[in-house]
Amino acid sequence: MESDTFMDIVIIIFYLLGTVGYMAYLFFQKDSFQKIGFGVLLAGFVVHCIQIVASIYKLGYVPVENLNQTLSISAWAIISVFFWIQYQYHLKILGIFAAPLAAFIMVAASGLSAEPSQTQTVLKSLWLQAHIFGVFLGEAAFALACGTGLLYLLQERAIKSKSRGFFYKRLPSLDLLDLTGHACIMAGFLLVTVGLITGFVYAKSLWGRFWNWDPKEVWSCITWLIYAALIHQRYTVGWRGRKSAILAIIGFVAVVFTFLGVNFILKGHHEPFTRW
Amino acid sequence: MPDILIIGLNHKTAPVEIRECIAFSGEEAASGVEKLHKLHPVQEAMLISTCNRVEVLVTTDHSKGTLSAVTAFLAEFKQIPMESFKDSLYVHAGDDAVRHIFRVAGSLDSMILGEPQILGQIKEAYRLSIAAKTSGVILNRLLHKTFSVAKRIRTETGIGDHAVSISFMAVELGRKIFSSLEGKAVLLIGAGEMAELAVEHLIRHKIGKLVVANRTLERGMELAKKFKGESVKFEEIPDCLETSDIVVSSTGSKDYVLFADQVKKIMRNRKNKPIFFIDIAVPRDIDPEINKINNAYVYDIDDLNNVIQENLEDRKKEAVKAERIVDEAAIHFRKWLENLSVVPTIIELRNKIQTIARDELKKTAQSLNHLSDEDLTALDKMINAMTNKILHDPTMLLKSTESHWNKEAYLDLIHKLFNLYPR
Repeated sequence: MESDTFMDIVIIIFYLLGTVGYMAYLFFQKDSFQKIGFGVLLAGFVVHCIQIVASIYKLGYVPVENLNQTLSISAWAIISVFFWIQYQYHLKILGIFAAPLAAFIMVAASGLSAEPSQTQTVLKSLWLQAHIFGVFLGEAAFALACGTGLLYLLQERAIKSKSRGFFYKRLPSLDLLDLTGHACIMAGFLLVTVGLITGFVYAKSLWGRFWNWDPKEVWSCITWLIYAALIHQRYTVGWRGRKSAILAIIGFVAVVFTFLGVNFILKGHHEPFTRW
Repeated sequence: MPDILIIGLNHKTAPVEIRECIAFSGEEAASGVEKLHKLHPVQEAMLISTCNRVEVLVTTDHSKGTLSAVTAFLAEFKQIPMESFKDSLYVHAGDDAVRHIFRVAGSLDSMILGEPQILGQIKEAYRLSIAAKTSGVILNRLLHKTFSVAKRIRTETGIGDHAVSISFMAVELGRKIFSSLEGKAVLLIGAGEMAELAVEHLIRHKIGKLVVANRTLERGMELAKKFKGESVKFEEIPDCLETSDIVVSSTGSKDYVLFADQVKKIMRNRKNKPIFFIDIAVPRDIDPEINKINNAYVYDIDDLNNVIQENLEDRKKEAVKAERIVDEAAIHFRKWLENLSVVPTIIELRNKIQTIARDELKKTAQSLNHLSDEDLTALDKMINAMTNKILHDPTMLLKSTESHWNKEAYLDLIHKLFNLYPR
């Protein structure tokens, strides 16, 4: 496991340096800082990909055997979604949210034991891989939608209150923030839906039933409903801008609870994978 | 070495009544700079004339007589009495002149700090002096340095960055709300210079439909025609609101023209798409309560002016950085100018030749072990003698007192040929 720990440290360092780069970009607004932050983040991401691929190769399945590994995958997912956003919407400033979040998650993960739980045979199914893929990437998208929402609220306050403050010139237009947030929510919703459906199919194949009243299942559905409501309201009534930003933040709180809180407060069949 | 002089007046020293009499039109500037060049003390000349300043930039060996000569020239050319503008004139000489032209080009001396037009105006003035062959080595280099200083100021400081006029401000805010103004629908209520300027500026950013509403239908139709938009009756305003993204309002009405509940009603139909109200009127046209509605933004004239003031303050801070750039460049220019005189040039040339010769001698001596100390001393003396003889003719030419205006050109050429310029 030594090379693994070494890689972890490298990844954490790169993500932290990326954070520094983006923070410098936020304060000084020089494009070179953003480019450096992006490059460093990319380097860390490449190492992270290598680590995960190596794990898959060794274990035969995606490494989500305990909280340490699931957190690592979610950090990876956040950076991947961030790169997609960068590519599609050029929302560079979102790095001040994505980079520290990923770094923080990796640091938290490193403090946890790397011991897998005993249920290795459970993890080899393709349905399960799709379930993990959908859920993690979808929730990462929701995380970044929350970040965009926060930036939206900051910029909106700057414009409405007429006192532009620190953020006004450092943040892009409200329209871009709203659009990007919406794209994240749509993408996240799609991915999470796929993740949930494949999860139910897998549950059926493993335990004979689609629905098991597992707390994580219940809370995932609650979260799913929140985002479904947001999307529905956006298209019918026009819940965009401020309302959409606030809901993206609330939705993400629900996501975090579903992801972490459920495991610590309530018990269920997801518990072994998230024990620490 | 000739002196650089700038003589002129600007918006700080002369009111517009005087400035408009003394300003040169395009053709006047072209012939003016020629006549200026023919004045006795003037060697190189350039003439800058804008609505805010008229400045004469010359090099001369007789600074004392130049002010009166230039003043007389201006009075005669523009057919105005000297007394009317004499006291508004300022004179900058030497380093001050260099710093002045750098500052002017960097828009540090402009009425609105950071305005972009002045650089183009100076470039045009320079172009005229090249065409009239009134600029020489010194002004050529000075102007080239001026353009690069202005460019540095523009790129390295934020002096031109944020809007300092109502119409620019409206566009800047619009772009912080909508990512681009392209295709956005604009509603103009009322009329007035500022409102029309704002609309013109918005049009330049490729807005979509323009609707004009005015209490007098005729006036509305006039404006609609001018901006290629549509005209509607004043009463139709609430209906147009639903499809408008930006509303510019400037009526003489004592009461509000648009109220919060009118806007609340249409927000739902607009699917809550953002709507931006620019209220230039005093008393205000747009109910300020509208700003509290989600996705609706109202800026009245005070808000706009406050932001503009903030931006002007920011520009003043940036101006400090710009002054530093000007000072640095002025120092470099002075060094160049000093080296453009005969004695330092000859000294530098002599040093360069001797250094090369001595280095070669050292290298060669290493392989000629049989040379004694006396031999080496003799060779050293030879190098000295050679250098003196080589430099004798060029020194005589440069020190001669004929054809002054050529000298700078020759010195410049020597500097270039032998790569003597300070790094």
